[in-house]
Amino acid sequence: MFGRGLKTLSLLSVALLVGAFALVFFYAPNDADQGFIQKIFYLHVPLAIVALFGFVAGGIYGIKYLRTGDRMHDLRSYVAIHLSLIMAVGTLITGSIWSKGSWGHWWLWDEPTLVSFLIVFLLYACYQPLRFSIEDPERQARYAAVFAVIAGAFVPLNFMAVRMAESLAHPRVLTTTGGAMPGSMRLTFLVALAGMAALFVTLWKYELASKHATFRLRALKRKLAADDETWVPNPRRSAAPTL
Amino acid sequence: MRHAVAALLRKDLRLELRSPEAVPAMVLFSLSTFVLFHFALDEAEVSGNLAAGILWVTLLFAAVLGVNRLFVAEREEGGFDGFLLAPVDRTALFVAKATLLFAFLAFVEVFMVAAFAFLLLGPSPWAPLPGLVLVLALANAGIAVVGTLVAAIAVQTRARDLLVPLIALPLSVPLVIAGARATAPLLADGGAGALEGRWLMTLGLYDLVFGLLAYAIFDFLLED
Repeated sequence: MFGRGLKTLSLLSVALLVGAFALVFFYAPNDADQGFIQKIFYLHVPLAIVALFGFVAGGIYGIKYLRTGDRMHDLRSYVAIHLSLIMAVGTLITGSIWSKGSWGHWWLWDEPTLVSFLIVFLLYACYQPLRFSIEDPERQARYAAVFAVIAGAFVPLNFMAVRMAESLAHPRVLTTTGGAMPGSMRLTFLVALAGMAALFVTLWKYELASKHATFRLRALKRKLAADDETWVPNPRRSAAPTL
Repeated sequence: MRHAVAALLRKDLRLELRSPEAVPAMVLFSLSTFVLFHFALDEAEVSGNLAAGILWVTLLFAAVLGVNRLFVAEREEGGFDGFLLAPVDRTALFVAKATLLFAFLAFVEVFMVAAFAFLLLGPSPWAPLPGLVLVLALANAGIAVVGTLVAAIAVQTRARDLLVPLIALPLSVPLVIAGARATAPLLADGGAGALEGRWLMTLGLYDLVFGLLAYAIFDFLLED
């Protein structure tokens, strides 16, 4: 059901990511201000953008689940949020490294994008505990969808509030993603962004396929066991949705 | 819908009057927090940013106590089933509970701000009072809406008391940013500064977005 196109997609994301890193190291010029350290930008910003879109996609699938009651949408929402959380950790780590490299501190409170990201990360970190602490699968899916919708709406509001709170004292690279970048940097950045997006979609589809296969297998095992009564359900609980 | 909201509000207010639970706890908690802040900061008087920060952190933590208790009676005494059996709009429960939380917060804040002015605040509290009331009212609306949503989510989980602060605190970061920035000049040393319109706008936008969202989505938390 989810296997279709996976091979092409995997090859595409490998090609895009390898191409992006080749461009980062051999084509894009060193930043006049920050030198080599600025190249972490091609990893950090795509990670952040893809993670944010993933969170919002989780919210959209949450709405779809609430409207239709189709458990596949809940699974899609769960996997999108789960992958975005991992990418958010990557964003926070690379952001911290960049901050140390170019400003000399591991953490800067006057970098609003990074601070907003931390808040969003803290909020979404409650997603799995929330799922885990509701036993009834139907209710778990419904509540998780409601959470995903609220948190999805919170993301832009939070970015606005945090950005307003800071005085924007130092020159910022993050605002120049489109405008002031020279062409070679912009091309590299766009390839890196496309690569990261392709990686996200590939991983998303892989996990959906894997979860779906697991559920099918479990259902078949249960059917087989009905004959000889030897089958025992898997005692390990997880926060993942069940179908 | 208005009758249902009024009936639910009456029930909750009567419960709280007959056996006060949430409100006294919130008031006492904020008093202890002020004492803690006094010793932790080793300051006899605070003003400006520090005063605004202490006030907002205390308010938020006190609000979490109220949010934790908001739906407990409904869950333990079967109030949810009773409500679902009644032929009324489900949003009525949300409106009633959010109004109740707003009223609790307003009531607590009367004592809280008085105690704060008495115990910790350096400058006189009278000049900034109208501005403070406006900011607190806008923030209360936001806390009431988000708190009701979080309470309704958390009350059905096993880790109820754990989840409420974990979800509610990150969600209220925009409120704290706008509230603290707006009140800091009000509480500044040497006379109250002006109230900045953009923070009021931020608070209003927050209330509006989450109010509409809650209105649209609350029904799903009751469906059974």
